[in-house]
Amino acid sequence: MTLKKKSTDTGINRLKEVLRSRKERRNLRNGLLFISPWLVALFGFTLYPILASFYWSFCLFDGFSKPVFVGLENYRILLLEDPIFWKTLGNTLFMVIVGLPISLGVCLSLALLLNMKVKAQPVYRTIIYLPSIAPVIAVSVLWLWMLNPEYGLLNHLLRYLGIDVIGWLIDPKLAKPALILMGLWQVGGGVLIFLAGLQNVPTQLYEAAEVDGAGIFHKFIHVTLPMISPILLFNLIMGIIGFFQYFTQAFVMTQGGPQDSTLFYALHLFNKAFLDFQLGYASAMAWLLFILIFAATIFVLKTSQRWVYYEGEAR
Amino acid sequence: MKIKKTIKFILSHGMLILVSMVFVIPFIWLVSSSLKSDQEIFLNRLRWLPENLKWENYKEAIRYIPFFRYLLNTLLICFGNVVGAVLSCSLVAYGFSRIKWYGRDFLFLVLLCTMMLSGVATMIPVFRIFRALGWIGTFLPLIFPSFLGSAFFIFLLRQFFLGIPRELGEAAIIDGCTEPGIYARIILPLAKPALLTVALFTFLWNWNDFMGPLIYLTDNSKYTLAVGLQQFLGQHDAEWSKLMALSFLMTLPVLVLFFFTQRTFIKGIALTGLKG
Repeated sequence: MTLKKKSTDTGINRLKEVLRSRKERRNLRNGLLFISPWLVALFGFTLYPILASFYWSFCLFDGFSKPVFVGLENYRILLLEDPIFWKTLGNTLFMVIVGLPISLGVCLSLALLLNMKVKAQPVYRTIIYLPSIAPVIAVSVLWLWMLNPEYGLLNHLLRYLGIDVIGWLIDPKLAKPALILMGLWQVGGGVLIFLAGLQNVPTQLYEAAEVDGAGIFHKFIHVTLPMISPILLFNLIMGIIGFFQYFTQAFVMTQGGPQDSTLFYALHLFNKAFLDFQLGYASAMAWLLFILIFAATIFVLKTSQRWVYYEGEAR
Repeated sequence: MKIKKTIKFILSHGMLILVSMVFVIPFIWLVSSSLKSDQEIFLNRLRWLPENLKWENYKEAIRYIPFFRYLLNTLLICFGNVVGAVLSCSLVAYGFSRIKWYGRDFLFLVLLCTMMLSGVATMIPVFRIFRALGWIGTFLPLIFPSFLGSAFFIFLLRQFFLGIPRELGEAAIIDGCTEPGIYARIILPLAKPALLTVALFTFLWNWNDFMGPLIYLTDNSKYTLAVGLQQFLGQHDAEWSKLMALSFLMTLPVLVLFFFTQRTFIKGIALTGLKG
């Protein structure tokens, strides 16, 4: 029996090799069979929708009659004639540029706090994590009540501090900060991920730093941050993807108000698609958002090479 | 030295307690508000303990909306998704990890890319697909997709399966086991912890899901708790005590579930996206 040397390229020659060998043919068949459910999802619910929505973005489409091709009309109106579009974009960007860093900062701070070797640490971690698994709708209702200007908990507490009534969800300038504040209550998931990262930092590094005379601050900047930078990147990217699609809380609590200050991109898209039946227009919006998120993600990934340190990288 | 240690102790515990209180207070306010009378809830002063604990708020709240029907619907969707996810994700993950076949790694990369895809771009066409199938208004659009796998859990299980030694599978083959046999008799039993994680997170995600039921359910009788709560909010605007009662009822099962499966939760979060 001759030992055939398997080529390592993945091209058409390798495929021919595979199809010639009975064992590899069988493996290919089995492999594809096992992943067949996902293949259905890939073609039916991913590739086709992507292509379809791409095509519709160039059409006038109400969802019932046939789509009418209109070229770049949707995009033109979107970018040049629709003032609401820019408002929603600004609102969403506010969440990404202001809300995300605050959220990450709080996440990391909490994780550092919860990483201390204290008795009853699991209890503290549980308390911080619990809000994040509560249903968003229930949380939205709760906070809608908590942010009530006259009877809500927040203003009650502020009144004790001498601060007068704050119209959280009534003042257009305060609505978004209020939502960001609400979001901070549910950071538990991110905290746990940071915690896992923090616990992976070898203590020898801290000890070595201490030998060199590093204080708490220096240890944080020069040991902790670099070692958890991959986790930070993960949370950053997940945060970008999430905040760009901010929807449910605004839908339930403010419906875009007051004065469109919480009319976020995804909410506007939803309204256009399911209330106004302008599916072509909505598809164009969806694609612009996709490009935006994609660009932001790539940008973060590219610049990440500067500040992310991978312990396990081949040297 | 002793003094420094004591200060550290007080500071660290102090901060932890402070932070914990901040996080717990909304929950306490939730329960407290739910037990207040309609007059008490509109009090100008802060009051934590209601004068009389109005347990009737709960009884009335579950009568305002068809609570038990919605609960049933929600459970149905949750369990359907759990079955679908565990079944399909384990099958697909097996294919991506325990068999070597041409194109496998490329397709796995594609899988990872789909995770980055935002739902926005696919939401509308997917809706139309379901409409063409005549599934709008039924539970199918909410349950069926779970039987096609979910990139996140496929990824998670694939990493886990990769950790199971090859020899076990090879020994089974020598004994005449088929590929599906290895899947069912060797991998599945060994992967119980990971499968439990998938089941747990799937259940939780579906329990909390709002947008899916909002879009696909048209018939009042099929609503889930999430949509029911929102409906309540729209119809009974200022009845805050009952709104709080309802919100608490919807959150309670999640809290209970968490307490019974804590370790799986924490392990599950740590398993995601960090190793491999």
